[in-house]
Amino acid sequence: MIPAPFDYYRPTDIAGVIALLEEHGDDARVMAGGHSLIPMMKLRMAEIPHLIDLQDVAGLGGITIDGSEIRIGAMTTQADLIDHEGLAAAAPILREAALQIADPQVRYMGTVGGNVANGDPGNDMPGLMQCLDAQFTLVGPDGERTVAARDFYEAAYMTARTDEEVLTCVSFTAQPGGAAYEKQKRKIGDYATAAAAVQLTREGSTCAAASIAMTNLSDVPVWSPAAGAALADTPVDDSAIKAAVDAALADIDPTEDNRGPVKFKRHVAGVILTRAIKSAWARA
Amino acid sequence: MPDKMHIKVTVNGQDEEFLAEPRELLIYALRERLNLTGPHVGCETSHCGACTVIVNGKSVKSCTMFVGQANGAEITTIEGLGSPDALHVLQETFREHHGLQCGFCTPGMITRAHKLLEENPNPTEEEVRFGMAGNLCRCTGYQNIVKSILAAAAQMNGAQEAAE
Repeated sequence: MIPAPFDYYRPTDIAGVIALLEEHGDDARVMAGGHSLIPMMKLRMAEIPHLIDLQDVAGLGGITIDGSEIRIGAMTTQADLIDHEGLAAAAPILREAALQIADPQVRYMGTVGGNVANGDPGNDMPGLMQCLDAQFTLVGPDGERTVAARDFYEAAYMTARTDEEVLTCVSFTAQPGGAAYEKQKRKIGDYATAAAAVQLTREGSTCAAASIAMTNLSDVPVWSPAAGAALADTPVDDSAIKAAVDAALADIDPTEDNRGPVKFKRHVAGVILTRAIKSAWARA
Repeated sequence: MPDKMHIKVTVNGQDEEFLAEPRELLIYALRERLNLTGPHVGCETSHCGACTVIVNGKSVKSCTMFVGQANGAEITTIEGLGSPDALHVLQETFREHHGLQCGFCTPGMITRAHKLLEENPNPTEEEVRFGMAGNLCRCTGYQNIVKSILAAAAQMNGAQEAAE
């Protein structure tokens, strides 16, 4: 499999990246780890006349933790996330989710920025970031702006990022309580048949607040406020979990593909979300 | 047609320079330009791991990296780990424990296992299986691959203790 020819650029600063994006418009694409884009190029589902490799761009890596404020540079790989002890202590759900993405080789290359910016409904980080209420920093010709993960996704591969912008950073405030990411996949390396991110806080024996998002069950990640609300002010017993699952299932819109028919996906979504809620509650 | 790039890489400790289109996949540069046919082309879709090499200290599926991306990198292939006269410990243990049948996946398996043991010199069986999840074998059923890697870990740790 040989992709269509392209001009290859490896700028060293973000200004250089934006200059190339302005010059070439939608003939240009940035590439982080390349493990979504390169397969698409090899299949000729994507033709990129001007490929901008971000590996040498200064300032796009690194994880910083300032109290409960967490910033993850776009070029941080899944392996970096998994290895970061401070992050594992501050927001363990990131390691839990990253360990369920692809396989070891892919996790060395695949980045957080690529995972959230690509807009592939199969990617795990978008749903997780919606659950955590993360903010995405975009830098373009007119400077920097921030878009909430919950407002970023418009349709499959369509996001609030314009062609001249680069997603440089993901940030969120770590919450107290428990969180869990559960994923059902056919095999290692596959996208989710269904996956769920749950974060909740406990007050005594009741749940004070909950945030629930789901992956690969629509053409965008699905954050379900109704599902979260169904757990709030409950003891997270079977009836509350069922109410939350019913609310989440009302918000998803899976389509039939080689991971199964719609009915099966809805069934798996319910099972996975139930597991994620129970796991998050046990940790809260 | 875009220009060819001047590519400089260090492969198995040796500096290499050549001209290539940036779209050329690293696996083909290694196999066809440098005659390093240890890394194999299996699925060519980043699933099987037969093309696994080490690029700047990371296990990488070289079918999913453009040679332009690898420009300037330090690369290790199975040829850099051992030779027929001086097998790497993993090559010894794969032979001893029948960690291969047809052998097609073996260079990728051993190159990945080498990195795994570098990062985790004393893995559990579960950690070996999780760490090797990006490499497929259609012959062995994996049991003997896992045994081979655990045996290599034990041997390497034993050698280290003996040296201390």
